[in-house]
Parts: sequence; structure tokens; C-alpha cells
Amino acid sequence: MKFSVVVFPGSNSDYDAFYAASHVLGEQSELVWHKDTDLKGADAVILPGGFAHGDYLRTGAIARFSPIMNAVKAFAERGGPVLGICNGFQVLLEAGLLPGAMVRNDRIKFVSQVVPVRVEQTDTPFTAACSQNQVLKLPIAHGEGNYYAPPDVLAAIEQNRQVVFRYTSAAGEVGAQWNPNGSLNGIAGICNHRRNVVGLMPHPERASEAALGSADGRFVLASAVKALASVSR
Amino acid sequence: MKARVYVTLKPSVFDPQGRVVADALVTLGYDDVKDVRQGKFFEVDLTGADPATAKARVTEMADKLLANPVIESYRVEVLQESQQSRVGS
Repeated sequence: MKFSVVVFPGSNSDYDAFYAASHVLGEQSELVWHKDTDLKGADAVILPGGFAHGDYLRTGAIARFSPIMNAVKAFAERGGPVLGICNGFQVLLEAGLLPGAMVRNDRIKFVSQVVPVRVEQTDTPFTAACSQNQVLKLPIAHGEGNYYAPPDVLAAIEQNRQVVFRYTSAAGEVGAQWNPNGSLNGIAGICNHRRNVVGLMPHPERASEAALGSADGRFVLASAVKALASVSR
Repeated sequence: MKARVYVTLKPSVFDPQGRVVADALVTLGYDDVKDVRQGKFFEVDLTGADPATAKARVTEMADKLLANPVIESYRVEVLQESQQSRVGS
């Protein structure tokens, strides 16, 4: 299968994602410039972490107008798997491909640490290789990862099982003390109603080999390989 | 013609930056400060002379780009000629 990783000016996890997909998983991967208009035959698309367009105005607010985003939207509308990591998640929110918005972390500080993240749903292309309630050890690094949605939207995404990842203790317990940024309901990642578009603040690509401190992130990218293999069979 | 756009977080959204600024003001001795909401301010310079058209267009801009309607509300003002000369001074 082929991963296409979109490169915005200011992306900084593009090569990490490319490396994880190509070298760790051994899948075909290509970097696609944000001014390109096609996804080069992608089976799955990754919007990587970083600070696209300097995060001017709001995180992801300008990146959403990059020419490649028309292709990403069309790909998502056809049911293609799209993963937004950190800044990529913020871009998906601004583009309206995922519900809600990000605001500044409740403690103002940029948080950079490894945190436990519980897998809430396994029926998405990026969690298909995980087990329900599996706790992954993943790094986070963001200043604006405080997920917000109006009460009716929040209730709807919980009801529709669109919360895919949640911040918890290492044992999988939910609580304010394990919420690193003030996200509503401890939300670390969500999917769209159709479940093919997933966004998360943690960085699975930065935790894809034991040498990086955790190899748990492999489950996320390997899920796409598993999900696509089961579709084509 | 100039228009001003004020963007602030909706009252239901916690504003951590505004909270820190409020705390700092209290520390400075302004203990009558109850809360601060931090926002953004845009001054948009437009061609065209019709204030109603300008207001409609800038409102559209605010809705599409300057504000994120999920978390922010905005207010648009179109400046009259007399106010514009003050803006430049």
C-alpha cells in the first residue's frame, strides 16, 4: 500500500511520518508538497505535525486553504483513510473534516512529554490493529491541544463513538490528573461520522521503534495497512 | 474604506491566556479586576465606498477565515470617513 504524507511550509514531523511508514513498516511512501493538487496514488494520507504556515491566525487556519486540501477532501469523501497527527489534526478541524476546535492548553504551557493514551474504538483504519482499551505510550508536543466542542456536538461524538483516543493513566483510568491539556472528556483523538478520517494530538510516528522510547505508535500506522488489506481482500 | 473586526472566544470557552492576564493585573494591585478575555483585532482596508457592502463582505470574511465560529464570536465595524482620518494619525 502507499502512504502520502503532505508537506506544508512549517511541517516538522513530515519526515518522521515518512520514515515510520517507509522504513519501519516497509510500505511505499511519498512526500507530497502542499501546492500539489493530487495525492500521487495514495491509499492513505497523513497530515503531519508541525506548525503549518507558522500557525498564523489560528493553528491550521491557513493550511486548510493549501491547494492539496481539495484533493484531501475529495479523498476523504470517497472514504479514503486520512490521519491528522497533532498539527495535522488541527488542520482537519479547521477544514471541517472533523468536528470541534482546539484552544490553548489550560495550563498555557507547551507540553512535551510521553503520556498514556487509551484506544477507545478499533473500527477505524488507524486503530484496526489495536485492541479495545489498549493503553499506548505516545509522545505529545503541543501548545494548543485543548479539544473543545459545543455541548451538543460533544454529546453527539460520544454517542456516535467518535472519540478514538483518550488521555488516561497507565492503567487506563480517566481523570483530570491524567489530562495534560484540559481537553474536554480527556479527548486525545477523534474520527468523523464515517470513521475514515482520524485526528489525534499524540505522535505515533515518533514512537514507532523501541529505540525511540516506545514502539506503541506502530499500532496506529500498521492499522492502516491491516484495514486496507482487509478491504482489498 | 476601513473596517474593524474584533474576535473573542465565546463566553462558554475557557480563555487561559485571559485568566493569566487577569491574575497578573490583580498581582499588580488592580484587585478590582474580575476577569479578562483576550481576543484579536483586525483592521481591514478595502476598496469601494459603500459602507453596507463593506460590512457584508467583511462579515463574510470574519465568518470564513478571521474567526473560527466553533469557538469564537466576532463583531464588525465599518469606519466613517471622519474616523478613518483618526485611525491614520
